[in-house]
Amino acid sequence: MSLHEEVELLRRIPLFARIEPSKLKLLAFTSERLAYKAGDVLFRQGDPGDSAYIIVEGEAEILVNTADGPLRVAVVRKNDFVGEIAILCDVPRTATVAAITGLTTLRISKELFFRLTAEFPQMAVEIMRVLGQRLERTTADLREATARLRQAGIS
Amino acid sequence: MEHSLYKFIIKYSLRQQIILTILALTSFIPYYYYLSMPKTIVNQGIAGKGVTYPVDLFGLHIVSLNAESYLLVLCFGFLLLVIVQQCFKYAINVFQGISGERMLRRLRYELYSRVLRFPQPTFKKMSAGEIIPMITAEVEPLGGFIADSFALPIFQGGMLLTTFIFLIVQNPIMAIAAVSLYPFQFWVIPKLQRIVNRLGKERVKTARQLADRIHESISGVQEIHTHDASNRFKSEFTRRLGKIYWIRYEIFQRKFMIKFINNFLQQLGPFFFYSIGGYLVIKGQLDLGQVIAAVTAHKEMGAPWKELLNHYQQREDARIKYDQVVSQFAPDGMREEADQTTEPAEPVSLVGEVQFAGVSYADETGAHVLENFSLTLDMPRHVALVGGSGREEIALLMARLIEPVRGKVSIAGQNLGQLPEAVTGRRLAYVGPAGYVFNSTIGDNLLFSLRHRALKSVARDAEAERRFRREMVEAQASGNSLEDYDADFTDYAAAGATDSDSLREAMIRALKLVQLDEDIYQLGLRGSVDPARAPDAAARILEARAALKGKMHDDAYADLIEDWHAERYNRNATVAENLMFGLPIGDKFAPDRLAENAYMLEVLEKAGLKTRFLAVGYDVASTMVELFADLPPDHEFFQQFSFISSEELPDYQEIVNQVSADKVDQLDAAKRNRLMSLPFKLIVARHRLGHIDDEFQEAVLQARKLFAEGLPEKLRSAVAFFDPEHYTLGGSILDNILFGKIAYGQAQAAEKIGRLVRTLIDELDLRDIVIEVGLAYETGIAGARLSGAQRQKVVLARAILKRPDLIILNEAISGYDNVTQAQLLAALREEFKDRGLVWALHNPHLADGFDRVVLIENGRVVEQGTYEELTREGRPLARLLAGN
Repeated sequence: MSLHEEVELLRRIPLFARIEPSKLKLLAFTSERLAYKAGDVLFRQGDPGDSAYIIVEGEAEILVNTADGPLRVAVVRKNDFVGEIAILCDVPRTATVAAITGLTTLRISKELFFRLTAEFPQMAVEIMRVLGQRLERTTADLREATARLRQAGIS
Repeated sequence: MEHSLYKFIIKYSLRQQIILTILALTSFIPYYYYLSMPKTIVNQGIAGKGVTYPVDLFGLHIVSLNAESYLLVLCFGFLLLVIVQQCFKYAINVFQGISGERMLRRLRYELYSRVLRFPQPTFKKMSAGEIIPMITAEVEPLGGFIADSFALPIFQGGMLLTTFIFLIVQNPIMAIAAVSLYPFQFWVIPKLQRIVNRLGKERVKTARQLADRIHESISGVQEIHTHDASNRFKSEFTRRLGKIYWIRYEIFQRKFMIKFINNFLQQLGPFFFYSIGGYLVIKGQLDLGQVIAAVTAHKEMGAPWKELLNHYQQREDARIKYDQVVSQFAPDGMREEADQTTEPAEPVSLVGEVQFAGVSYADETGAHVLENFSLTLDMPRHVALVGGSGREEIALLMARLIEPVRGKVSIAGQNLGQLPEAVTGRRLAYVGPAGYVFNSTIGDNLLFSLRHRALKSVARDAEAERRFRREMVEAQASGNSLEDYDADFTDYAAAGATDSDSLREAMIRALKLVQLDEDIYQLGLRGSVDPARAPDAAARILEARAALKGKMHDDAYADLIEDWHAERYNRNATVAENLMFGLPIGDKFAPDRLAENAYMLEVLEKAGLKTRFLAVGYDVASTMVELFADLPPDHEFFQQFSFISSEELPDYQEIVNQVSADKVDQLDAAKRNRLMSLPFKLIVARHRLGHIDDEFQEAVLQARKLFAEGLPEKLRSAVAFFDPEHYTLGGSILDNILFGKIAYGQAQAAEKIGRLVRTLIDELDLRDIVIEVGLAYETGIAGARLSGAQRQKVVLARAILKRPDLIILNEAISGYDNVTQAQLLAALREEFKDRGLVWALHNPHLADGFDRVVLIENGRVVEQGTYEELTREGRPLARLLAGN
């Protein structure tokens, strides 16, 4: 895929929709396109994080370590991004991400990520929106779980 | 070392000096005749005074000559004397040169070997920056002087005397007149010279400080940059240069004054000859020939007289230099030479009790670090020295790297002070906090601890043997080392090895122990073998290549490597690699210079790629300018992604601004070259700029064929072509196994392939070859091409390899993280399980598990015992641990 095509592809991702083409070109040029085979791991919980990933093609699962082994908490698809928590908050990876199908991602380094968010507030807003949605969903899950526990008479 | 220069000269070159003196004296005989010849020619040959023709030469009635032929014979006689005299001069000069060089060589060797015997603390006061110029530059003129020291004054003085006698014979008054001012010169010149001498001393000292300062600036260059201190340093340097300038100014003012006086006095001679001599000729009391001879003789006298004065000045200079250098090279407490040359008659073992008896040690400032210190350590045991000041000195004393002021340190009943280095340097090992790695290969650095003496000489052919003998004769004549440098110094037995294979085993074991084996393996993979010198290794690597290719059909590895294929374009390789289908050897086809290579341009032209390259180059340049123009110059993206450096970017910007894409051919050749150089670096899979389409790739394949077919004979050695059946010369082992490029964009491709290669290497028993190549890795100046941790590990491995009776460690591993420290400590203790190990530890927690712990404070033993005993509630060590 050529750089031009890649810029087109990036433009279709909501996160980057409003970024000017020349910056998208830099993003496309400096970010690494990585292909994973099904079952390959993007990163593991507890690893130090230095980059975020945008899913370009395929599906990946997000796994959290529990006492009973890894637990799938979500599935991410085309145009989703993962791995941003570790670089935003400077903490080790909070979950493991593994490819379910053949997967293509765009790997964005921490450095570039911050540069883009600093230069394009729209992008920061977009990330905030996605993070907000995730928080909302997590809260809903928590509410539901608490309710079920209460029903089961545990708490 | 001799305290005066003349003693040094007489001691080591008396024979040469005598020969030179005899040569000089003998040469006066022809010289005298040479002086009197002009008079004979003028008076007898030309004027015919007192000659009756035909002349009967030598009175033997064999040859009789008329006036013309007699003159001719006399003139040829003169020529002959000139030749004889010059022959003497030549012989004297050559012989002088030889003896001077030998003496210089001896002096340098002596100074260097003294440096190696200096007591360690000397280096805290004296820096490399001072020592180096003394051995290299300062003594250099001494060689020349030594050669002249006796012969020159005798030769030139003799000349002077001969001339003077000749003049007296001619006319005593004129002779006296000619030399009448010499006594005055004798009196005045030393006076001036004394001042010059003093200044000379000053100059030597200042120059040495200057060298020291330069040395220091280089060592501390990082500090200078980070604190913007360069102007301060330059200002200081200027001041020093100024000091030297004024000293030199004073010196040459005086030197030229001396010269002036000399020249003036010299010219007084002819003044007297012309006035007095002329007067006498007019009066008829002297003939013209005598005056001419006298003028000639006096002129001849000028040269030796000048030489003598010159020599006098040089002598003073040399004396100062010698005194100054020698006084610097005789510090107190220097070891005896025998200490390093003596080999013990039978092996001495240092397995046994370590004892300090009433030991005092003062540091270079005179402060007593240890005072009447006594300590006995049972061996073989593992002892930890913890606590405060004195630890390091105890470790150094035990390794005999420093020597006590009073008292004695003994191991196994042997007084360390009386053991030669051949014992202490082999049976003991010391590893300090900062070890040194020499500028050589890693392997050499490890074997360093086994190379003490020339053990096994090498086989030489007749010619080499002759050269070697000659070298040895010269080395002996200069009192240098007679150890054969080319011989095998490696003491296999000391490492428990018998041959090079078992020695390598021992080295690998030592590397494993300090966890350096993996690093060496990686270095080895990135290193190369020379198939001409190691055909077996190359063949084995090709086996690994074949095995790897077999595995590539496996799904897990699909698409991870793109192979080199003669008929296919490799999308993961640069255009240059694709075009050459090989690796450059040397710099003729170096990637950066391809656009300037005439042959490469010719190939591009033929393949119809030249204009295409220019257009792509322009496009790449404008893309790069667009992408990177507003990034700060030190931005990491430049390094990671751009193939135009931040310094070059403005140039390309200018090119792009200057012309539009369709007018690139209007650019001058240099700018076109710059554009042409860009496409060579493109990698389709990585850069994805869309320039290298199928058509372009097809053309490159065409060019690949043209490039190989038309390659001129003289360029054949500049490329190593890829060939599935052969090892690519100059390519790394890894590249040769892969025989292709790891694909971009395949997640973890490098890791997966790395693991696969490792398995293959183990399966095919290639590890030894890889390690061997890794061991041949050059460490760079002071080991700069290794990381600090790697350097320290090399030093540790070196100490382990020689299997000492006792290993003494001072920190040695404090640069690593806690986990590594604990692992190294455990590994070393395991290795020295049945041998002595003394470890001066900064971190007392690490002392846990040692047989014995000695707590030192202020140079005294506070207490000793097991870790458990010493860490009980309320004991000093427990308090120390709590504080840590």
